[in-house]
Amino acid sequence: MHPFRYEPAADTPAALALGAAAGAKYLGGGTNLVDLMRETIERPDILVDVSRLAGDITLDDHYGLIIGAGVKNTAAATDRLVRERFPLLSQAILAGASGQIRNVASVGGNVMQRTRCLYFFDDAARCNKREPGAGCDAVEGFNRNHAILGASPACVATHPSDMCVALAALGATVRVDGPHGERDIPIVDFHQLPGETPQIETVLRPGELIAAILLPANGVAARSSYRKVRDRSSYAFALVSVAAGLELEGDTIVDVRLALGGVAHKPWRAFIAETALKGGPATPAAFRQAAAAELASARPLRDNAFKIDLATRLIADTLEKLTQTAEPAQ
Amino acid sequence: MTGVKAAAQAAMQAVMKKAVALAPDSWIPGGEPDPLIRHKHGLIGAAISRIDGPLKVAGQARFSAEFPMERMTYAALHYSTIAKGRITAIDAASARAAPGVVLVMTHENAPRLNPTPPFMSKPKAAGGDSVPVMQDDRIHWNGQPVALVLAETQEQADHAQSLIRVSYAPEAGVTSMASARAQGPEQGYFRGEPLKLEQGDAEDLLAAAPHRVDAAYSTPRHNHNSIELHAATVAWSGDELYIHDATQAVDHVAWSIAEAFGIEERQVRVTSPYVGGGFGSKILWQHQILAAAASKLAGRPVRIMVSREGVFRIVGGRTVTEQRVAIGAQSDGGFDAIIHTGTVAMTPHNNLPEPFILPARSAYAAKSFKLDVKTVKLNMVANTFMRAPGESVGTFGLESAIDELAFDLGMDPIALRIRNEPDKDPTTGLPFSARHIVEAWGAGAERFGWDKRNAQPRAQRDGDWLIGLGCATATYPYYRMPGGAARIVLRKDGHATVSISAHEMGMGTSTVQTQIAAERLGLTMEQVTFEYGDNTLPGVVLAGGSQQTAAIGGAVIAAHRKLVGELLKLAGNDSPLAGLKPDEVGGFDGGLCSLQDPSRSESYASILARARQDEVMAEADGSPPLEGQHWSMHSHGAMFCEVRVNAVTGEVRVSRFLGSFDCGRIINAKTAASQFRGGIVMGLGLALMEETQFDERTGRIMNPSLAEYHVPVHLDVPMIEVMWTDEPDPHTPMGARGVGEIGITGVGAAVANAVFNATGKRVRDLPITLDKLL
Repeated sequence: MHPFRYEPAADTPAALALGAAAGAKYLGGGTNLVDLMRETIERPDILVDVSRLAGDITLDDHYGLIIGAGVKNTAAATDRLVRERFPLLSQAILAGASGQIRNVASVGGNVMQRTRCLYFFDDAARCNKREPGAGCDAVEGFNRNHAILGASPACVATHPSDMCVALAALGATVRVDGPHGERDIPIVDFHQLPGETPQIETVLRPGELIAAILLPANGVAARSSYRKVRDRSSYAFALVSVAAGLELEGDTIVDVRLALGGVAHKPWRAFIAETALKGGPATPAAFRQAAAAELASARPLRDNAFKIDLATRLIADTLEKLTQTAEPAQ
Repeated sequence: MTGVKAAAQAAMQAVMKKAVALAPDSWIPGGEPDPLIRHKHGLIGAAISRIDGPLKVAGQARFSAEFPMERMTYAALHYSTIAKGRITAIDAASARAAPGVVLVMTHENAPRLNPTPPFMSKPKAAGGDSVPVMQDDRIHWNGQPVALVLAETQEQADHAQSLIRVSYAPEAGVTSMASARAQGPEQGYFRGEPLKLEQGDAEDLLAAAPHRVDAAYSTPRHNHNSIELHAATVAWSGDELYIHDATQAVDHVAWSIAEAFGIEERQVRVTSPYVGGGFGSKILWQHQILAAAASKLAGRPVRIMVSREGVFRIVGGRTVTEQRVAIGAQSDGGFDAIIHTGTVAMTPHNNLPEPFILPARSAYAAKSFKLDVKTVKLNMVANTFMRAPGESVGTFGLESAIDELAFDLGMDPIALRIRNEPDKDPTTGLPFSARHIVEAWGAGAERFGWDKRNAQPRAQRDGDWLIGLGCATATYPYYRMPGGAARIVLRKDGHATVSISAHEMGMGTSTVQTQIAAERLGLTMEQVTFEYGDNTLPGVVLAGGSQQTAAIGGAVIAAHRKLVGELLKLAGNDSPLAGLKPDEVGGFDGGLCSLQDPSRSESYASILARARQDEVMAEADGSPPLEGQHWSMHSHGAMFCEVRVNAVTGEVRVSRFLGSFDCGRIINAKTAASQFRGGIVMGLGLALMEETQFDERTGRIMNPSLAEYHVPVHLDVPMIEVMWTDEPDPHTPMGARGVGEIGITGVGAAVANAVFNATGKRVRDLPITLDKLL
């Protein structure tokens, strides 16, 4: 581990002041950052501990539910408001990591997770994230867990979060504080596709700090579910996951929310499928067609062609099951 | 060894083997059953909790990396990033200048060492491989240690290690199976004999058989992941070396390290009181030798605890296998031919071609056999023993093929197995010492509800979940290796200490051996101390091959017989025991009594008091382990599995598992059940998820962590039921056969066969991941 200075921040202004320094990184639960520091992949000079900040979940008339960035994953998943209004989010968080990790990991840190690509973790391998321009050993290596959508020749890594997949489906907003004030970024725009610059993973600017996640009210909460498919029952990243929500009037789809995990460099909001479905009939055939349309641009790698089929099946099956859940109480 | 000498030795061995096979039973150890077999209601078989449990729960059991020493230094390793070539330069200047650094050791300043004797090359050889340890600039595998840093703290050592920069002149290595195969496969040898056996013309009989299966099965590399990392605390005192090691071979490690350093074995003391899992991996790898070398250079004690990544880099695991299994059968199911052949990867520097044909040598009767293991050599960390080497992956191929044949024949797979039950060892012709697999199948099938299975795939469904049942035979040989010896000291207060250089890796050795000694001596468990884990104690007992219980048992029988002789001498003519011979008395209620007439007895206290002695001591070698050449000695199990396969996603969940075992007399119902269950859990990992991701472009292991190398989590493991025949083997100490490894065998096939029953899909390539079922 590269030697660093540890600075606990008493409040947000103090955190921003400390975080403005070159070589500074914000520390939440540390469940990903500290791992990467131990591998010497992350080498911050200063760790600004923000884990004691923004630890509340509050209801706001204008913004909906506001989840502070410092809220622990377990606390968010078990919160009464979250479970009642956004059960999808609660399910997604509980599908991630392990109980021990969720107890420590923060909501802000979850958003900022970096990929678990094997070649990113091994500094004996070539990786454009670690060393821009070096090349990518994952493209023709072990890439079972890698992207089928939106990847580039420079990077085929996936974003590992479950929580963010639910946030994408729910149309959440990331509120950030920074040296130049506060701004709100839709979660679907927060993470980037790799393109030529896979080392740039989010739109955060230097020194900016996630303050909270804003969750607007929606009509799909009652018919929503998160399904995660992985190589063992727990403590494994998604091969494919689906966050889905449906709002029906009779058999007609009034609103549908669909996002995928494990398939791209960011939580993948399935806009193509949503557009195809909205206003149409909630039938198995429509679900299958919409899923196929979403996956039409998928490009398989050596080990992950199965994800195209798996994602298609999972979308169609999850939506079909949602139509079978009881009519939500008004 | 010259060809002539080897041939002469082989001929001599063959003659000896024949003589042992044909000798009268009474000449063979175990020819007279161990009297303990007759003890029915005592400590043997009881479900006794581990005596070291409270210590471990309280964190007071001291493991190898927990021994404090004055002026301790901490080691970190730097590993090569190429598979083959030379080191051209090592830039360690920043590492040397880093805070707390005591020493950086590379091939340029390491002490001169002899090559490590690789396992099975000599009786006490313990090396995972024979590659010279940091003696030159040659790289043999990706991950080989190239530098060691010693520092005042572990964190300082880890940091300094990360500052080292090594330049290489890479050479073309062999890192793919395809390129290794192109070099030409060679014959595999195991325990000095070729892994090749041909009886009758199996290919012709297969071709002529009315029913046959002929399929390719493959299993991937597996890495060892004991909870306790490989570790040692090492110190020199003059020319004497002290090692607190995490090992399953204290004597082997001591002898082999002495060889490496060119010192006498008696100058090396190895202790290992507690080991957090071994599974075949806790032998001599580079880290103990490097720590001892660095300690010598620095003149200070060294603690080395290899990181989890480091264990993947420097400790070998189970190698990859490519198997062909072909079985030809008549319409009634009788086997005409069993063919089990294939190729495994290994290195030029080790001795373990994963012997996957071992189960096929004795599991079933057949008119002909063709068994063969070929090896190819790669630049990789030397593969090694991993729980049931051979059987765990060999039973996957063999037992899957039998299931395929049963389906083709329209026969129940259990009935097909029983149809081919041999009445003597099918390939050696030796009589079985004890074999109750048919009873184990019957009891297991009834308990599991096998009769409710529909043989047609996809016949049972619960919502999205397709349900299937499968079964397979588990099998593992009985071994007892030479070298067992034990000492018993019996005090006049009736306390006995049994000492033997054996091992406790968490499986319950100390508990079980205390039970056995107490029962044999007629004492309570509180009156017996079992001393182990120290190479200065009598005997050479490897905790491997599931042989420890038998090896210790055989040595304690010999020491006990001698002890009884001493006691009878001391008892003299004034004792009720007067005139009795050692074989005519046994331990009972704190003393000796006549086996014929228990009323003739005298307590140990009384005997020693009359003889005016504080204690009596006896030490003896165990008998030569000839029983394995006189009888065919194997344990078996009937494994039953229920799986649920998601029809949408292909996810596999094992919902029930039952193992019905025939392993001789069970000594401790609790620790044995844990061994069976633990083996089955490891087998579920083998079946469904374990796979080392070895990048064939670079020879580098890409998933060296428990996050990416998947073993089962709690949710993956259903309720596992275990049961056993408890039929003593009349020819083994205590009537027992080892239980440490058999649990993993057969599991892969039981799961695969259940998956076929659920889905109609036959997966012949482990692990059975969901993409193979979509």
